[in-house]
Amino acid sequence: MAFGPHLLLAALEGLVTSAVLALTALGLSLVFGVMRVVNVAHGEFFMLGAVLAWAITTAIGGHPALGFLAALVIAPLIVGAIALVAEQLVLRRLNYNPEATIVATIGMLYIIQQLALTFYGPEARPVEPPFSYRILLPWFGYSGYKLSVIAASALLLVATWLVLTRTKIGLVMRATQYDSETAQAFGIPVDRVYGGVFALGAMLAAVAAVLIVPISQAHYLMGQDPLLLSFIVVIIGGLGSLRGTVVAAVLIGLSDGIISMFFSPTLAKIIATLLVAMVLVFRPQGLFGTASR
Amino acid sequence: MTETNKAETKPEALVISGLDCFYGEVQVLYGLDLVLNKGEVLCLFGRNGAGKTTTLKAIMGLVPVRAGSIRLDGQELTGLPAHEVPKAGVAYVPQGRRLFAEMTVAENIEIGLMARGKGKATRENVLNLFPLLRQRLRQRSGTLSGGEQQMLAMARALCLEPRVLLLDEPTEGLMPSMIARIRETVAKLRGMGVSTILVEQRVDAVLSVADRVCFIENGRNRETVDVEQLRADPSAVRRYVGVG
Repeated sequence: MAFGPHLLLAALEGLVTSAVLALTALGLSLVFGVMRVVNVAHGEFFMLGAVLAWAITTAIGGHPALGFLAALVIAPLIVGAIALVAEQLVLRRLNYNPEATIVATIGMLYIIQQLALTFYGPEARPVEPPFSYRILLPWFGYSGYKLSVIAASALLLVATWLVLTRTKIGLVMRATQYDSETAQAFGIPVDRVYGGVFALGAMLAAVAAVLIVPISQAHYLMGQDPLLLSFIVVIIGGLGSLRGTVVAAVLIGLSDGIISMFFSPTLAKIIATLLVAMVLVFRPQGLFGTASR
Repeated sequence: MTETNKAETKPEALVISGLDCFYGEVQVLYGLDLVLNKGEVLCLFGRNGAGKTTTLKAIMGLVPVRAGSIRLDGQELTGLPAHEVPKAGVAYVPQGRRLFAEMTVAENIEIGLMARGKGKATRENVLNLFPLLRQRLRQRSGTLSGGEQQMLAMARALCLEPRVLLLDEPTEGLMPSMIARIRETVAKLRGMGVSTILVEQRVDAVLSVADRVCFIENGRNRETVDVEQLRADPSAVRRYVGVG
């Protein structure tokens, strides 16, 4: 294969990574932005999404598209409900103290992971893609499903952006993020907003996982990489900045895809980590973040 | 409590009695009492750290109340979660304005309207009161001048159509022409019958707009006097604040 088509293939693979990463990182960024909680268990909500997608598609059977669509709706709802319970049982009782919630979410990480090991097991299990159409390009054939993952992610990102900027829910979330005390003085039930945001963050991770699971299989340890990469994306893009998160996710995903294919995956990780270090030294608020008030 | 005869004839909008508040283990308010009558401007006057802002925050439910009661038209506020207090009809203009600076003027006003489910009519009334804001609706509120920000903070609070308005040092850090306009607005609101608690540190600001003045010292309400009485004999000001 010539260099051009090879680069195109690498870029497409990178965009699929970007798409899933952007959704996952956006969840992490929203939770930190609004609640000031560093959610170390975020990757486990991702894993739960994938594991539940396997469970749902297996339980439903029939045409793969049927089970997949059901998983796409039901898995995030279940994960959101679990996150809501965790928020009420743990984070709310800690009064959202920044240090305490880090330790608490580390605990949640292990609890969720070990529960998945106990009930789901150590195997990696595949989920069939809803359709197996291949798009034939002049140089190679490419999975139509992978392209649809990119499209679905873009759609969800635009929807999230619209909710944040154009609706009353978004207004309430932004007010809480900016100044929770004043938000309360204007009748905004901050506790309920926090619960909703934590659930929404987990649901974004779960949706991302359902989208990726037909490509990469479900496994109880699969949450670790997305967690690390999400932190990288959020640090580079700037915490709480939706635009920064998306740009950084595309940057990291593309460079990961291209460098992995032409050089090595290790080099890709090295460069991403180096980029984080550079951002932290020269622009601690991230590329699109605003300096702290 | 020191009540004047004139005040007793008016109905009470807000009654605070025996209020104890703490920041952690440090007690800030010691059995504070005060009465706000309907349609009056009651000024809380006192030194830095006397407990004026804490009193307002306690009314809003933003500082926990250990003892005492805060009654709005007979409704107890102390047991309510903080976000229910504005819904009961208390609006707050915090010290330093505390606008949602990254949002537009229109969005700040929208948040005020949402608090008690008010609509277009309220929005129009408020914008008529502050016509300057109408031209700035799409501007980021953090980029307004200090005086405009103060107007927006008051507009946002008035969007609740409050029964009681709490104003914490609205003229702080403004230039004299703006101070005059803010003062005019407070006077206009009194004319419209809004019951207002005003925290101030400047004597001249107090004398021109207040009906009665509470002298707050060490977390207690030492004395409440009519403003005419104060004009005639300003010695109390010197006694509690040390400036005249």
